Amino acid sequence: MSEVKFSKEHEWITLEGDVATIGITKHATEMLGDIVFAELPEKGSNVEKDGTAGVVESTKAASDVYTPVSGEVVDTNQAIVDDPSKINEDPEGSAWFFKLKMKDQSEMESLMNKEEYDKFAKESAS
Amino acid sequence: MEIKKTSLNKLHQSNNAKFVEFAGYEMPIQYSKGIIEEHKFTRSHSGIFDVSHMGQLFIYGDESLTEELEKIFPLDLKNLKLNCSKYSFLMNEDAGIYDDLIITKIEEGYLIILNAACKDKDFEILSNLLGSKFKMNLDNNRSLIAIQGPKSVEILNSIINGVDQLNFMTGNWFDSDNQKLFVTRSGYTGEDGFEISISNDKAEKFVENLIEKGAQLIGLGARDTLRLEAGLCLYGHELDINKTPVEANLRWAISKSRLSNGGFIGSKKIMNQMQDGANQIRVGIKPEGRLIAREKTKIFDDTDTQIGEITSGTFGPSVNGPIAMGYVNKEFSKVDTKILLEVRGKKHPANVCALPFYKKNYVKGVN
Repeated sequence: MSEVKFSKEHEWITLEGDVATIGITKHATEMLGDIVFAELPEKGSNVEKDGTAGVVESTKAASDVYTPVSGEVVDTNQAIVDDPSKINEDPEGSAWFFKLKMKDQSEMESLMNKEEYDKFAKESAS
Repeated sequence: MEIKKTSLNKLHQSNNAKFVEFAGYEMPIQYSKGIIEEHKFTRSHSGIFDVSHMGQLFIYGDESLTEELEKIFPLDLKNLKLNCSKYSFLMNEDAGIYDDLIITKIEEGYLIILNAACKDKDFEILSNLLGSKFKMNLDNNRSLIAIQGPKSVEILNSIINGVDQLNFMTGNWFDSDNQKLFVTRSGYTGEDGFEISISNDKAEKFVENLIEKGAQLIGLGARDTLRLEAGLCLYGHELDINKTPVEANLRWAISKSRLSNGGFIGSKKIMNQMQDGANQIRVGIKPEGRLIAREKTKIFDDTDTQIGEITSGTFGPSVNGPIAMGYVNKEFSKVDTKILLEVRGKKHPANVCALPFYKKNYVKGVN
């Protein structure tokens, strides 16, 4: 599996072959608070880099989930739809959101590595 | 305008509060444990709420004040006993609501608790209505602390002996730490609890004392989920200048004895609506599934006609599901009516339901 990469919209992404797994970062869940609702893209649909690909809602507000790369949705994580609190518990592990079959793997290049993202998150929080 | 801070601001900071601006005040929306934990702790133990941003209006006067206030509020104030409280409204001539409030008869006159965002305007309206005959004091030197939840009576009574003898919707002055506190048994969560009016310089120590006894600070986020589960209105959401108490389904708050002769501001409209019914009514709404319908969500019937709008919607931690309140045309206001909610461009099924979503018994009488 590839190195974990991060987007400015606080998504994480890993790549295995041409299938990318995408979720939201721990930092994002801390900003959102308790997540109580998740909506994911439909399997078989195509999503475009930086486009919306789902919604999460906390007790306070709704927030769009963006996809950092383009591709066809090949799998979604029903477990987080059934119990959205799992997203707060393990955001960067078992609570992934969706898997995409990528069209253009060069889209990964513009994303941040962990060190860059941590710095970005710290700066955007203050 | 510079943001205002309550006397507990430092204490909120040291308890890792996340702040928001609310009605011109910097207020804690939540602490480190988060809204759901705070909500559940209040339901099972005891939560402390800083509500010092709310207005504490003292109006001093005798029977002539009671007479003047009866021209304003739809209440039977002549028969309101000393230290008893009533929920009421400040209205315009069309029965539109300027504010909802709690009024308590005290020895020197009345104490009225007002919403933070409305208090200055309320003061102006009441000053104009009452003239200069009565002394009015919107007291900025006092903080207001609410303590809510099943353990609250035990905790508060260990600091202010005797509060356990208060009945629901009554209050009294108590002496504690060489000062006079006004305590009412009331609240905004659906739980048993109290509100304590205390001088600013004593508030922090008092709250620290409550925390030491096992209560925890709770932010405005959980205050909102708690009140929504309890089916209680929030001014600016369920209530505003374009809504009347009858439309808001708050007929119970209008004293029956005042309905035959009227004589209060807005009485004509109220009496008409009481007889003919209002066109739109506030109802409880439960979306099917987990979908959350927020404020301003449009409500439709099955013919694609808009029949109303959501005024508050969230996830109810104790109900463990989404809950909402809103206004619908009267023919759709019956419990179990099927309605549709438009969220992110799609229509989702929901049901009109009875309020509150969550019910516990208030302590009605201890003596």
